[in-house]
Amino acid sequence: MATSTADNPTRNYLNDPRGVKSWLFTRDHKRIGLMFLCLVTVAVSLGAVFALLIRTELTLPGPTVTDSPSLYNRFFTLHGAIMIFLFVLPAIPSSLGNFVLPLMLGAKDVAFPRLNLASLWLFAFGMAFFILTLALGGVDTGWTFYPPYSTGTPTAVTTAVVGAFILGFSSIFTGINFLVTIHTMRPPGMGWFRMPLFLWGLYGTAIIQILATPVLAITLLLLVVERTLGVGIFDAKLGGDPVLFQHFFWFYSHPAVYIMILPAMGIVSEVIAVFSRKHIFGYKFIAYSSLAIALLGFFVWGHHMFVSGQSPLVGMIFSALTFAVAIPSAIKVFNWVTTLYKGAIDLSPAMCFSLMFVFIFGVGGLTGLFLGSLATNIQVHDTSFVVAHFHYTMAGGTLTAFLAGLYYWWPKITGRMYGRRWGQIAAGLVFIGFNLTYFPQFVIGWQGMPRRYYDYELVTDIPFITGWQIISTVGGYLFVGGVVFAAVGLIRSLWTGARAPANPWGAATLEWQCSSPPPSGNFDQPPPVGDCYVFDDWEYDEEKGYVRVTKESEDVVST
Amino acid sequence: MPHDHDQTDGPPLAHHFDSLQQQFDSARLGMWIFLVTEILFFGGLFCAYAVYRANHPAVFVDGHHFLQTPLGAFNTCVLLLSSLTMAWSVRAAQLRRRGTLVAMLGATILCGLVFMGVKAVEYRHKWEHRLVPGQARLQYWFSDEHDPNGVEPPKEFLPDREYIREHLEAAGYTDLTDEQLDRRVANLRTFMAIYFSLTVLHALHVLIGLGVLTWLLLGATRGRWTSGHFTPVDLVGLYWHLVDLIWIYLFPLLYLIH
Repeated sequence: MATSTADNPTRNYLNDPRGVKSWLFTRDHKRIGLMFLCLVTVAVSLGAVFALLIRTELTLPGPTVTDSPSLYNRFFTLHGAIMIFLFVLPAIPSSLGNFVLPLMLGAKDVAFPRLNLASLWLFAFGMAFFILTLALGGVDTGWTFYPPYSTGTPTAVTTAVVGAFILGFSSIFTGINFLVTIHTMRPPGMGWFRMPLFLWGLYGTAIIQILATPVLAITLLLLVVERTLGVGIFDAKLGGDPVLFQHFFWFYSHPAVYIMILPAMGIVSEVIAVFSRKHIFGYKFIAYSSLAIALLGFFVWGHHMFVSGQSPLVGMIFSALTFAVAIPSAIKVFNWVTTLYKGAIDLSPAMCFSLMFVFIFGVGGLTGLFLGSLATNIQVHDTSFVVAHFHYTMAGGTLTAFLAGLYYWWPKITGRMYGRRWGQIAAGLVFIGFNLTYFPQFVIGWQGMPRRYYDYELVTDIPFITGWQIISTVGGYLFVGGVVFAAVGLIRSLWTGARAPANPWGAATLEWQCSSPPPSGNFDQPPPVGDCYVFDDWEYDEEKGYVRVTKESEDVVST
Repeated sequence: MPHDHDQTDGPPLAHHFDSLQQQFDSARLGMWIFLVTEILFFGGLFCAYAVYRANHPAVFVDGHHFLQTPLGAFNTCVLLLSSLTMAWSVRAAQLRRRGTLVAMLGATILCGLVFMGVKAVEYRHKWEHRLVPGQARLQYWFSDEHDPNGVEPPKEFLPDREYIREHLEAAGYTDLTDEQLDRRVANLRTFMAIYFSLTVLHALHVLIGLGVLTWLLLGATRGRWTSGHFTPVDLVGLYWHLVDLIWIYLFPLLYLIH
C-alpha cells in the first residue's frame, strides 16, 4: 500500500518538480488535467458573461443592452461557441478525466503522455484563436457556422472556424489516449466489467471523439477554403449544397452532445453509489447503456434537420432512432434511483449536484421527446423551447455533473477539504437559479417565442411574456451567482481547508488509495484491485479518513 | 533521453508501462485508431463525392476529360511500388538488417518524391488553364489590378473557356452553344473543387509521410531501428499504407469515371 507517500505528504505532484517549465512541458496526466481545469474555467467565465448579456437584453421587449441586432447575434454566437467548444466538450474528459483515469486504473500515466501534452497545447492554441476572434469583433453566424451565411458574412468566421478545427484535434488526441489506456493498461484483476463506471463513460466518449470529430474537422476545413478561396462544396452560389454542410456538421455535433453527457453520467454513477454507501444497482446495464448511447448517437443527426428539406421518410427514421436513445438514458436514471433506494444517503455537495443532475437531465431528456417527434418539432422548431431543452441537458446536465465531479475529486486534486455548507448552499442556488432561468423558456417557447431574437416586441401577445422573461433573467443571475459561490467556496478551501486524507469519502475505486494530492508517480506499488462498489471494507477514522479495516490477511498475501 | 540507450538492448521502456509487450500493443492500437480518424477525415470528402455523383452525374462525366489518366495511372503504380518497399522496410527492421532498411526507406522516399513530382506536373497544367478552384481570387489578389472594393475578379482570371471548348469538342461534344458551355464550365468548377480538395489533402498526407520517412531514414543510418526497437518503422508503415490505399480509391473515382 502507498503508506510511504502517505507518511510524507509534503512531496506531491503539485510541488515536485517545481518551476514554470516543469508545468508547461510536463507529461504528468495530473498536471495536464489541472491545467485543462484552469483553461476551461476561464472559458466558462467568458461564456457566462455573454450568457448574462443575452439574458439582460431579453429582460424587456425592445432594445435593452444594445440596439444592434448584429451585436446581439455576436453575443449568442460567442456564448454558444465558447461554451460548446471550450467548456462542455473538454470540461469533464480533458480535465477531470485526465486526472482520474490513470489513477482509477492504478496506473502511473495515460498510454501516450506526450500526446496528452500535445492535446493541452492544441487546446490552448485553439483557445487563442477564439480570443483572437473576440479581438477581431466576434462572429455572428451562430455556433453552427451554417453556410451560405458563414461564407459571406464579413465577421471573423475564419479565425473562429480554425480555432474549432484545432480544438477538434485536441479532442481526438484525448480520445485516442483514453481508448488505448483503457484497453491496454487495466491492471491484472480489473476485467472490463470490474471497471469503475466513470471509465465506461470515458470509453464511450472516446469512441465518439475518435469517430465523429474528424468529420467536423474536414467540414470546417472545407468551410475555410470556401470562404477564402471560393472552393464551392457547400455554397449553392458556387455549385455546392448547403444541406450537405448541415449533414456533416450534425454528424459530428449530435454525437458531440454525448461527448458532453456520457462522462457526466459516469461521474453521477460514481458519486451516487459512494454517497448512498450501496453497491451501484445494475452495473452492467449502466455500462452497456453508455455504449448504446455512444453508438445510437451516430444515427440520429437528422433530427436537427427536420425542417431543412429532408425527405419525410428520412425524417421518420431519424425520429424513431431519436426515441430509441431515450431507452439507454432511462436505464441509467432508473439504476441511479434504485441505487438510492434504502441507501445511507449523505447529502454532501457532490451528492447534491448529482441528484440535481438526475432531476435536470430527466426534464431535459423528456422534453427531447417533444423535439424528436416530427409534428411537435415543427411547432417548437427555432423557439426558446429548444434553447431550454438543450440547456437542461448541456448546462444543467454537464455543468452540474462537472461540479459534482469537482466536489468529489477536489480533495484528491488539491489535498484540501472544502466547506461542506458552502457547497450545499451553492447547490441550492444553482438548482433554483437554473430552473428559474430555463423553465420559463419552455413555456414561452411553446407559445411561440423565437430563439435568437434580440427584441420580442412582435410576440408580446404571448400571455405574461415579459413576466416570464424577467423571471428567466433573475434566474440567470442567480444561476451564475451559485456557480461563482461554488467556485469561491472551493478556492477558499486552498487556504482555509483542512488537509484531505487519502480517502475522505470511503470510496472503493483505486484513485482513493494514493495520498491526497497524489505523488508524481501516483502509486509506489500497484494497488490491490477489488470490487469498486463494495464499501463495507472501509470504515471512518477521525484522523485518517476512511481506512480499510477487513481483509488484512488478504493484504498480507497480496503484498 | 531514449537516444542514449544501449543499442543492442531493444526499445526503452517508458516509466508508465509494465512490459515492452504492453508498450508495443499500446503504440500499435493508438496508430490503428489514428488511422480510423484519418479514414473518417477523408470520409467526409468521399461522402461529398458520392452525393454530387448521385445528384449530378454529368459533372463527373465532363470533368474526367480534363484529367491526365496516363499520369494518374503511373502515379498509382509508383505508390503501389512504395507500399512494397515500405513493407520490406518493416521486415528489414524486424530482422535487424540495417543495410536493407536504409535502402528500402530510401526507395520509399524516392517513390513519394516521384509521386509528388507527377502531381506537380498535373497541377501546373490545371493552373495554366485557370481550372484550379480559388485560382481566380488568388491571382487577382496578387495582380496589379487588384481593387480592394471589387468583389469578383474580372474575366481574364476566370477559367479558360476556349481551352474548355476545344477539349470538350475533342471529347465529342461539338457545336456547344454559349449557354451549354456556361453550364459545362460551372460543372467543371464543381468537379475541380472536389478533385482538388481530395488530391491536395492526399498530397499533404504524402508530404507528411515523406517528412516522417526522412526522420526514419536518418535514424536507420545510425542503426536506431535495427536493435529490436522497430515500433516507429512499423507505425509509419501503417500510415504509409493508408495513404497509398486512399490513392487507390481516388484514382478510379476521379480519373476512370465515365
